[in-house]
Amino acid sequence: MNAVEVHNISMKYQSLNGEIAALTNIGFSVQDGEFVSIVGPSGCGKSTLLSIISGLLSPSSGTVWLSGEKVTGTSKKIGYMLQKDHLFNWRTIWQNVMLGLEIRKAVTQEAKERARILLKTYGLYEFKNRYPDQLSGGMRQRAALIRTLVTDPQILLLDEAFSALDYQTRLAVNDDIYSIIKKENRTAILVTHDISESISMADRIIVLSKRPGMVKNIHEIKLSCSNRTPLTCREAPEFRHYFQEIWKELDVHV
Amino acid sequence: MFEDEEENIPAISQALNISLERQEYLRKERLGKISVRMTQILLLVLGLVLWEIMADAKIIDPFITSQPSRIVKTIVQLYKEGVLFYHIGITCLETIVGFTLGTLLGTFLAVILWWSKFISKVAEPYLVILNSLPKIALGPVFLVWIGAGPASIIVMTLAISLIVTILEVLNGFWGIDQEKIKLVQTFGGNKFQVLTKVVLPASFPTIINALKINVGLSWVGVIVGEFLVSKAGLGYLIIYGGQVFKLDLVMTSVIILGVAAAIMYQGVVYLERLLVKNNDLNY
Ligand SMILES: Nc1ncnc2c1ncn2[C@@H]1O[C@H](COP(=O)(O)OP(=O)(O)OP(=O)(O)O)[C@@H](O)[C@H]1O
Ligand SMILES: [Mg+2]
Repeated sequence: MNAVEVHNISMKYQSLNGEIAALTNIGFSVQDGEFVSIVGPSGCGKSTLLSIISGLLSPSSGTVWLSGEKVTGTSKKIGYMLQKDHLFNWRTIWQNVMLGLEIRKAVTQEAKERARILLKTYGLYEFKNRYPDQLSGGMRQRAALIRTLVTDPQILLLDEAFSALDYQTRLAVNDDIYSIIKKENRTAILVTHDISESISMADRIIVLSKRPGMVKNIHEIKLSCSNRTPLTCREAPEFRHYFQEIWKELDVHV
Repeated sequence: MFEDEEENIPAISQALNISLERQEYLRKERLGKISVRMTQILLLVLGLVLWEIMADAKIIDPFITSQPSRIVKTIVQLYKEGVLFYHIGITCLETIVGFTLGTLLGTFLAVILWWSKFISKVAEPYLVILNSLPKIALGPVFLVWIGAGPASIIVMTLAISLIVTILEVLNGFWGIDQEKIKLVQTFGGNKFQVLTKVVLPASFPTIINALKINVGLSWVGVIVGEFLVSKAGLGYLIIYGGQVFKLDLVMTSVIILGVAAAIMYQGVVYLERLLVKNNDLNY
């Protein structure tokens, strides 16, 4: 069974000034444990699509299934990471990490232990009683990642989740997230502007057309590098080829 | 993986000796501060002495302007009659109740308006009109409706502070980053959780700010209320003193009022510092 199935999704935003068609007839599926990336021009409806998959937004037409269950609202299966970390600066790192569990009323000893382990793995344990403004951008993003992971999501939706980071940190966080997702056999959908980032991480790349977004092409990414990590596979000979193809499809005029 | 940030740099530099240049800088800063404070005190003393001398020399009429020694005498007399702290206490209590109630009630009403778009749309023109109305004009109405007592005075302060608080806090609520709200919703948070986990804590500095404004407004409301009710408090002493031409009593009350208001304001500033430490809205 597919982890995510998107069927014929269309979305129109209504406002007094008129109607904005954001998505038309989007359809694709994501297998269990697969890493899919979505790229597309600015404003083509990528965030809208993730919001629909997460159940935050109901589409004008079409349906989404998560492991065979129809989406009608937010689901515990999903962990959604937004572009900025949005750590609350009135909460300590620990309290921030516990936010999702608090909201789901799932603060158990077991969950706390999981949070502790994650904080240790990510070198944030000593900072757990600090406030977010005492942390660097990379540390903050890691804290946001832990806040998502601690709720134990099967499917991760990442909406430009790394774009606020500087390049170095971004590559490191990419490697980290990738290894966690693969190790724990989670499913991930990554929205990004960065073609290299999407090739380096994804098993498949879905290219959307400009607004209203439609599926323009789907690329199966096969890179010949042993022991694939986002960083090492950037050296793969096929990398450039994918890059140029997707670049053309995105039709970016400078 | 990640290298962990250096975190003990300030500690190291503190342990080192401070340079001569810095010592000189700090000395100058301190000197500057002291001379400002000295000048302030000097001006105050000079003013009081001049006031005293001119009244003694009958250059100004102490019957109309009063004078420092008479004010001290009046304070002592009020104290001996046992009413000094009674009047101060009543006015301060009314003020504190006024701004606390104004802030809490205003925040509560702002929550309701935030919760329901419909209610806030309906309420909008009323709020605009009430906001531009000089609320003091309603004083006599409250007096008739509620009776001449502390309740009228509190209602007067509420009339002055409530609308401003609602508008200020509601604006704060609406200014909160939508993505922060979305974050709570991604975890399945409902509207009540959005309120308690994001909207209220993020608006805390706004609410404290409203409280600060309300302290000032509350003093105005209480004094006007006491003028009208005319039973007790510093406002009553002022209006009574004016009616029987005891300007000593009027001046004394005004000065006590000034001191009390300043102390209360400092108290609120201190409270703010205590509460808003990790809570600025920059992020
Ligand atoms: N709440 C909304 N109401 C009306 N229009 C909206 C709303 N949200 C998004 N839109 C419009 O829908 C279109 C798609 O928006 P969306 O944010 O999904 O695009 P995106 O691909 O994520 O863009 P970006 O790459 O800039 O993040 C845009 O034209 C946007 O203006
Ligand atoms: Mg977007």
